[in-house]
Amino acid sequence: MSNAQTSVPPPTRTATTRNLGLIAILGSVVLALLGLFFTAEDVVQGSSVRIMYVHVPTAWVAYLAFVFTAVCSAGYLRGKKHSLNLDRLAGASAEVGVIFMGLTLVTGSLWGRLSWGTYWDWDPRLTTTVFLFVTYVGYLAVRGLGGTQQQRAKRSAIVALFAVIEIPLVHFSVLLWRSLHQEATVLRPNGDVRMDGLMLFSLVFGVAVFTVIFAWLVLHRNRVLALVDAVEMRGIDAALAARHAEGVPT
Amino acid sequence: MSASRIVGVARAVASKDLRIEWRSRVMTNQVLPFAAIVMVLFAFALDNDGILQRVAPGLVWMATLFASLVVVQRSFAVESADSAIDALRLAGVPSQGVYLGKVAALVVQLVVCEAVLAALALILYRVNVDRHGAVLLVTTCILGSLGIAALAAVYGGLSVADRGRETLLPLLLLPALAPVLIGATRATESAFGSDGARAAEGWPWVGLLAVFGAIFLFGGTLGFGPLTDE
Amino acid sequence: MAKDVGGFPRRWVCSVSLVSETSVVDVRDAVVLLGSFPALAEATLTIERGELVVVQGANGAGKTTLLRLCAGLVPLARGTARVMGHDVGSNRAAVRANVGFLGHANGLYADLTAGENLSFWSDVVGASRTEVAAAAHRMGLSERLLSTQVGRLSAGQKRRTALAVMAVRRATLWLLDEPHAGLDAPGRDEIDTLLRDAVAAGATVVVASHELERSASLATRRIEVVGGRIVESGGHS
Repeated sequence: MSNAQTSVPPPTRTATTRNLGLIAILGSVVLALLGLFFTAEDVVQGSSVRIMYVHVPTAWVAYLAFVFTAVCSAGYLRGKKHSLNLDRLAGASAEVGVIFMGLTLVTGSLWGRLSWGTYWDWDPRLTTTVFLFVTYVGYLAVRGLGGTQQQRAKRSAIVALFAVIEIPLVHFSVLLWRSLHQEATVLRPNGDVRMDGLMLFSLVFGVAVFTVIFAWLVLHRNRVLALVDAVEMRGIDAALAARHAEGVPT
Repeated sequence: MSASRIVGVARAVASKDLRIEWRSRVMTNQVLPFAAIVMVLFAFALDNDGILQRVAPGLVWMATLFASLVVVQRSFAVESADSAIDALRLAGVPSQGVYLGKVAALVVQLVVCEAVLAALALILYRVNVDRHGAVLLVTTCILGSLGIAALAAVYGGLSVADRGRETLLPLLLLPALAPVLIGATRATESAFGSDGARAAEGWPWVGLLAVFGAIFLFGGTLGFGPLTDE
Repeated sequence: MAKDVGGFPRRWVCSVSLVSETSVVDVRDAVVLLGSFPALAEATLTIERGELVVVQGANGAGKTTLLRLCAGLVPLARGTARVMGHDVGSNRAAVRANVGFLGHANGLYADLTAGENLSFWSDVVGASRTEVAAAAHRMGLSERLLSTQVGRLSAGQKRRTALAVMAVRRATLWLLDEPHAGLDAPGRDEIDTLLRDAVAAGATVVVASHELERSASLATRRIEVVGGRIVESGGHS
């Protein structure tokens, strides 16, 4: 059963992945031009608003990644043959999600430094982000616990579903928590800006480009994880031979 | 699997756990002194009566979270010490029953712990509770403990039932318990009347605790078996 | 000779498809991994109803893992394993309903008395008080022992308590890992009697043991585990 699922994965050198990569590169260049040169400054925030074109897409990708992890995990648990490929997709997606969530934190606090004068503010969105970052670092730790590949898949799939339930719960409770302290944020810009047409387009464009980057990264990371699994199964053949030899008197 | 069998197993597991706690006195001799010293250390660290009085609710629940880590670890170390967890897996016992029994025993232990911590807050941090506040406080403790236990039993089963994974428990548990900490602290603030809060303001937070507890009790009932039985 | 696998006479236990329908244990080319180490390396074994099989082999040969596999406690990496016709991987609940397993650990709670342990286990498996009393009597657990905390019992007394728990479980396949360890001579005889009685009552018993003499008299069949595989070493006695 595991054998069939861990044979050497197909290469990623397909037309689809190559085109995805090209779109991601071109899109990034266009996004950089739009964000840095063509869009206007914000009336209140000035040039610092330009971080938004990176910050919002990274946050979007992180949430997308975590939801995708949950969907793959549910698919793994529901599926009759318990596809290890779905498990690896879930893992690859969570890895990319953690990296982008980290980028969200960095870009968010840089923006905070420029517009709030401080790297950190207990803004509900930023606070939720920290909790989810740690939660998914925990998920990745669970993936590394060891055991057989099916054990890993089942264990991490359940933890992934728990983690995705935590997203709205943590966000909602942090939101409630901050609503008691409104006076602190009323005086400051809270991140929402009045956008003209090009700014809005650039933001949506950025989200699209980052989604393509996400897809490209997950495809490649998934193949690497499949190769790691395949190497492990090869190692088992060698280990079996060594184990058999134990009985041979020397 | 019939519901009555699940309830029967849950009752057997819960009373077994509580009897072990009663017999071994780990709760009274180790966990409660640990929680108490955390409260005293907070007082040293903050070193200001006014501040202490204001942040007392948060400190009570921080100490509860720390103590819950110890209690949960103990609860599952009991199962793994002589591989009783294997015997439970083998006995064809419904895992939902084991889970619910573990949660019930944890809730009882956590409520005891919170009662002691709240009493310490009254004495050490000089907070006051009126009658309405006391009702709110008791409800908060029960529902807060339920939320902690519902999630902790799942992650405890995953991390402690097998040796060498204990360090994973705080990493998985603490971020996930953020809503409980927020909800229980706000409700307790209202009960203590910290910062002029009134008891009536606390009940919406109790609602948050109830939702959290219900969601993870349901999730844990489904997930505990597959997660611990590999 | 060195090319011959294991250097042993290659009489693998053959699994004829005709008998596999009724086999209590039917393990084929089973690979079980502990981490990346293959504790069982393509082991094949069939056991029929009413057999009392003694499993021998050096430390680390894979005896314990073989028993744990039959109990559905470890996952199968490759091959197949069926117990009572149920797949060990996909239908563990059905397998376990029939299996009693006693490993190196006793599975008892040290802070509870022997009696409390017995009644806890009978509560969770739904056995009656009379069955508990019968099992305790059978294993020679006196009132005094029953009211002593398990942590204060000797190794032999703990083992007898664990065996009483197993008797309460009414298993049809008994898997015992070194059940004689830590027992005095009368205790060992008691276990042998218990196992023979179980077989006479229709159970199937698999015992992993180091003790060649004792197992020779006990076993209806002896097998040996070598390097994670199974070699038949003695026929029916």
